[in-house]
Amino acid sequence: MFEQLSDRLQATLSEVRSRGKLNEGDVDAAMREIRLALLEADVNFKVVKSFTKALKERCLGADVLESLDPGQQVVKIVNEELTGLMGGTGRELAFASKGPTVILMAGLQGSGKTTACAKLARLLGESGKNVALAACDVYRPAAVDQLVTVGERAGAHVYEQGTDRDPVEIAAWALDQAREDERDVLIVDTAGRLHIDEDLMAELAKIRKRTKPHDVLLVVDAMTGQDAVAVAESFAEAAEFDGVVMTKLDGDARGGAALSVKAVTGKPILFASTGEKLEAFERFHPDRMASRILGMGDMLSLIEKAEQQVDESQAEDLQKKLESDRFTLEDFLQQMRQVRKMGPLSGLIGMLPGMGAMKQLKNAEVDEGELDRVEAIILSMTPMERANPAIINGSRRKRIATGSGTKVQNVNQLVKQFDQMRKMMRQMVSGKMPDPQQLAQMSGGTPRPKIRRR
Amino acid sequence: MATSWQEMLDLGARPSAAPEPEQGTEERRGVFRRLRQSLSKSRQALVEEIGASLFDRIDEETWERLEEALIMADVGVPTTAEVVERLEQEVDSGAVSADGEAVRERLIGILAEVAANGRGPIDLSGEPAVLLMVGVNGTGKTTTIGKIAWHLSKEFGLSVVLAAGDTYRAAAAEQLAEWAKRAGAELIRSAPGGDPGAVAFDAIAAARARGADVVIVDTAGRLHTQGNLMDELAKVRRVIAKQMPDAPHETLISIDATTGQNGLRQAQLFAEAVEVDGVVLTKLDGTARGGIVLAIANELGIPVKLIGTGESLEDLRPFDPEDFARALLAE
Repeated sequence: MFEQLSDRLQATLSEVRSRGKLNEGDVDAAMREIRLALLEADVNFKVVKSFTKALKERCLGADVLESLDPGQQVVKIVNEELTGLMGGTGRELAFASKGPTVILMAGLQGSGKTTACAKLARLLGESGKNVALAACDVYRPAAVDQLVTVGERAGAHVYEQGTDRDPVEIAAWALDQAREDERDVLIVDTAGRLHIDEDLMAELAKIRKRTKPHDVLLVVDAMTGQDAVAVAESFAEAAEFDGVVMTKLDGDARGGAALSVKAVTGKPILFASTGEKLEAFERFHPDRMASRILGMGDMLSLIEKAEQQVDESQAEDLQKKLESDRFTLEDFLQQMRQVRKMGPLSGLIGMLPGMGAMKQLKNAEVDEGELDRVEAIILSMTPMERANPAIINGSRRKRIATGSGTKVQNVNQLVKQFDQMRKMMRQMVSGKMPDPQQLAQMSGGTPRPKIRRR
Repeated sequence: MATSWQEMLDLGARPSAAPEPEQGTEERRGVFRRLRQSLSKSRQALVEEIGASLFDRIDEETWERLEEALIMADVGVPTTAEVVERLEQEVDSGAVSADGEAVRERLIGILAEVAANGRGPIDLSGEPAVLLMVGVNGTGKTTTIGKIAWHLSKEFGLSVVLAAGDTYRAAAAEQLAEWAKRAGAELIRSAPGGDPGAVAFDAIAAARARGADVVIVDTAGRLHTQGNLMDELAKVRRVIAKQMPDAPHETLISIDATTGQNGLRQAQLFAEAVEVDGVVLTKLDGTARGGIVLAIANELGIPVKLIGTGESLEDLRPFDPEDFARALLAE
């Protein structure tokens, strides 16, 4: 996500950064590039205009141009402004102190409301809340069935009355039920509607009035173009929404809508939907996202992911093994599995600082199949071979290749690569950074994660 | 003149094809009005930018403001630059007189030309003709299929079989079943989570057995960046081709009019996976301008074939490049 925007900004900024001194002309040129990059990313035209204007003013300030590293200052300013544009440090949902917290979901058709409802229900359910859903989309054929199915999957009860009743009545009834059943949260799904459809917008306002939601969330498709602003403005008027759920952020949408909506309505993006699965739904962190766009990496998210997946005692154990040079292929296998549990590698790479800027990793997709192959090869080794790869001779290699359905060369390469990796790790543990030559060598042979440029 | 369904469909040698019911001037006007109404918001916005006054004095600012207006309509930077440059050159060289009205007319001409790139009818000449519908989640595939089926069945008297190939989204088959009922089409479906290729295969077999005219295959919405799901889609296409060598005869991608520059990537990657023949531009009844289709036609040569301008059945219309350009810019 945000890849292309990020590429362009990084290219521009690295040029600025490389200059020792900046004059007004340099800043102008950089602003033109940034303006174009943002437009190509579907950031609203008017937002771009005011954004670059504010940016330029700050960049031309005397304290920047006369500083020792003006390029670096500009980068810092762009980062700050981007973060501010997307909503600062983020915001939490407002929970009721007593009785069910009501969350009303609204949006255009096809923005992903029903799915977002279920995902939000799952997320809140995870944190120990008793969550129910109200099926108020009586217009789209089978929308109620869809909510019932995904709601069940999310472990939330669904209040539905078919499609013959007025959605306002269904919402009010569902709230009564939720109170009676002592639910903590009631998420109200509504029909997708066009922001210019006055009748349906009035209906939404009525549902809002009847259910008195603690939070109204607008669901916005990340692929939306310039129109995102018009949509957000209309919904702000009718539904007075408090925050935004950005959906389909797992595509390659440049995310301009995300940047624009906050800028125009002042309402922050609270959640991001990032995949097909119910679990693919997370809190949105504007500050982290801005860093990511600028290629500064999203280390915080990466660390959080790692914390969820990596067992601390295991990590300590590994550290000891590395220090005493007892790192085996078995450990390597465990490590690989743990990293893969954190999600697709291509996603993780984007979170590493500077990785976005590395040519060969740009738009890269790590071939998970290659990793499967490496796993298969290691699994075809005996425990003794895994502990001491040096004993893997010709006939053993042949057996391992046959066992794992690979070729002898693949086995050779894995063994060689592992050896190099061990050497490198020894250096790292002893405090020396491996030289790039060595790193390049290490990734030189297959089987290695195959990088496919797209 | 708007493009009619008759012109937009290539029904081959099918003798059973009943002509489209004659439309009275009144009704014709109604169709125009609807399109104009639905495009009016885009028009309003564009008119604000372009304004009647824009071409009064033609100078650097004129071109800049025109550029802004097109970008606001989601046409995208490269295609916008190309269109404006062409217009500017023609005015500078004297090919188009520097008169406001002439420049505006020429702009409409250029936009229509761009939109018409790669234009051709929807190929329904096969027996049965197989139409594959693809696109990103939430762009309106299932609804579009329902409407196409209704037109083919009710207006052209063709027998239609629908294949519920979206076996992933909860209740997608139920949604299509509802449409099948309205259109009087037959529905072939499988259990949830079933193999979409198998559904398509069965639908074509059923259509052949019954001598049906058209098979429309629905597929699950998917993001064009999900490699495994795109592979699955390519497989559905291969299964169809195995069952019937030239099929699918027509592959349409639905693109939501609110989509920005990402629409270009959608069209490109779907085209790489399943050879897309045309675009159905949906949800044109909002304030979105759908300018991304100009970029898609211009940069990929994939033309828009149908536009969706509302919820009702007759709100799916054949795309007319000139109407589109005119409605976008005209007063």
